[in-house]
Amino acid sequence: MGGAIFALDALAGALFLLAALGVVATRQVLASLQLFIVQSLLLAASALLLGGADRSPHLLAVAAITVLTKALLIPWLLRRMVPSEVYRMREVERVLNIPSALLASAVLIVVAYAVADPLAAAAPAPFIRINLPLGIAAMFLGGLTIAVRREAVPQLLGLLGIENGVFFAAVAITPNLPLIAELAAAADVPVIALVVGMLTRAIHARLGTTAVGELSVLREE
Amino acid sequence: MALLLILLAPLAAAGFALLPLDRRAAPLATLAAALIVLGLALSVAAAATGGRVEAFGGALSCDGLGALVLVLVAFVGSTAALYSWGYIGHRPESAGGTRLYYCLYNLFILSMVAVPIVSNLALVWVAVELTTLISAFLVGFDGTPEALEAAWKYVVLTTLGAVVALLGFLILYWGSQLEGAAPFTWAGLVAAAPHMPPALLWPAFLFILVGFGTKVGLVPMHTWLPDAHSQAPASICALLSGVETTTALYVILRLFPVLGAAPWLDARPWYLGLGLLSVAIAALLLVFVRDFKRLFAYSTVEHMGIILFAAGIGGADAHLGALYQIAAHSIAKSFCFFAAGLAAMAMGTQEIAAVRGLARSAPLPAAALIAGALAIAGAPPFAVFVGEFLILKGGLAAGDYVTIGLFAGFIVLGFCAILFHVNRMVFGGGSERARPAAPLSCRAGLALAAIPLFVIGIYVPPALFALLRAAAGALGS
Repeated sequence: MGGAIFALDALAGALFLLAALGVVATRQVLASLQLFIVQSLLLAASALLLGGADRSPHLLAVAAITVLTKALLIPWLLRRMVPSEVYRMREVERVLNIPSALLASAVLIVVAYAVADPLAAAAPAPFIRINLPLGIAAMFLGGLTIAVRREAVPQLLGLLGIENGVFFAAVAITPNLPLIAELAAAADVPVIALVVGMLTRAIHARLGTTAVGELSVLREE
Repeated sequence: MALLLILLAPLAAAGFALLPLDRRAAPLATLAAALIVLGLALSVAAAATGGRVEAFGGALSCDGLGALVLVLVAFVGSTAALYSWGYIGHRPESAGGTRLYYCLYNLFILSMVAVPIVSNLALVWVAVELTTLISAFLVGFDGTPEALEAAWKYVVLTTLGAVVALLGFLILYWGSQLEGAAPFTWAGLVAAAPHMPPALLWPAFLFILVGFGTKVGLVPMHTWLPDAHSQAPASICALLSGVETTTALYVILRLFPVLGAAPWLDARPWYLGLGLLSVAIAALLLVFVRDFKRLFAYSTVEHMGIILFAAGIGGADAHLGALYQIAAHSIAKSFCFFAAGLAAMAMGTQEIAAVRGLARSAPLPAAALIAGALAIAGAPPFAVFVGEFLILKGGLAAGDYVTIGLFAGFIVLGFCAILFHVNRMVFGGGSERARPAAPLSCRAGLALAAIPLFVIGIYVPPALFALLRAAAGALGS
């Protein structure tokens, strides 16, 4: 029983990382959003598995909140706020081409394991071995997404991907975080999406583009 | 009870501001709420000087260090509310836009006062993150391409930092629970730190330092700061530069006693190194700056570096200097942005090169700019000078001569750069046609901000001194 849950969590983690890689590498804006939904569902799956293994109602609540906010509320908000033509766009111009971005991702994943290893060794527990390095790797890939993609919505998805990475690690390292803290952090994420989405809409209305990576009126002197 | 009211007053004013009433209702309610918060903050500070103030079984709490930040937020919140009245009121904004401004203004104050008084660290993190999310709209309030670009960079980079810091907080929680349940508060962490494995405490510290360091504007994570702090309306710049950066820095300073409780870790080189780097790069950028609101924004980066550096030196003198510097910076920097706002209003530009002979065409903004520049650059008898003097004294006593020498050199460079630019704007040839005088409430806000600016460099009231001592105690000296 324990072994099966362990293996399933490892599978969810691998797919979770794959979804993060997908957000780095896709050109279509809409596909990036769908990959983010898949990634969030995998985060919820991991929380469910760990909650089942630990018999922790906390983690079941985390899974429910994740599905509600990240798989339903945020995509709905983003589809409503950002004009639909943005989603049909393909990014031709990128800061790094896709093969280079994937190479950089591979390096970052190795670095994530190097960062997580001493931490996981400090308090050994089987799920931490899986979730902590994968969570940190997803954080790094989210950061890479912000760096290489120029469209506003994919940059926001990078930001939310980092958040997903943190929570993927959190379900293993802090399974008993006070519920109030859990709720507050969960409420914070849709607010991020709301604020950035409204800003995207304002930029689209004012400048006629959402290629925020190309905004460069303001520079260092 | 006072702690709860401090949170409720701005919340009530935020709701009230949205009601479709008379044009003057929203600014009046905002000002009233700000003054109530200021009065309550002073009473909390008086009580916190003697010991920790708690409410609701410890859900809200405030000690000397928290009270110092609370009072500063409340004070700048009041002067900026007064200043906003005329500054926002004279612009061709729709009534709806004005109402939205005041609603967000109050929520922004609410998020900032929550940082030093909520006890649970996860909620502290949420409060810091909310300061960004709420103020993003205020940064982009002008709706110009530049303002929207600044708001975008601001929200994306500081949220990125905040999420990195969140991982740090979660690791701290993980570590504090290994040896039995400990409350997830600053005091709980200090108690748990000696039992925490170094492999957890150390990366948690670095994640929070880098994450919230982004929000503080520490080099090399500072790139968004001059954009946001130069494009927002002047009243918001005063809050962003004067106190928002301070609230994030407060969280980083709070880690100092936590790390101090773990004797096998020495975080001082990180505080010294990042602090010195920020002072150095900011001083160089100050030399080449071309926009006078950016000038004061770079000066904020410099001052955050100075305070972090002082915390890193350690010892009673340097810590007292760091806290005095926090107060001096908040007061002087908000005054500088009020002055810069008046100058921009009078001249219709923020470009240093386009402003000459301000002393003749707009005497009040000119006098305020000179006073603000002298105060923030650290000329005697202003408070920044006293703070820097204390820090240098503490540093020399610690015997780190090379670092202190470099630090002093960059401060002098920054001093010269600020005064060079402001001097060229205020004096110098050419007289532009002056616009109508600034609105009365802007001048009143400026005058209110000027009182502590001129007083605390010469005379530190005993109550303030006791508060600074109590705050230094919370830093562990």
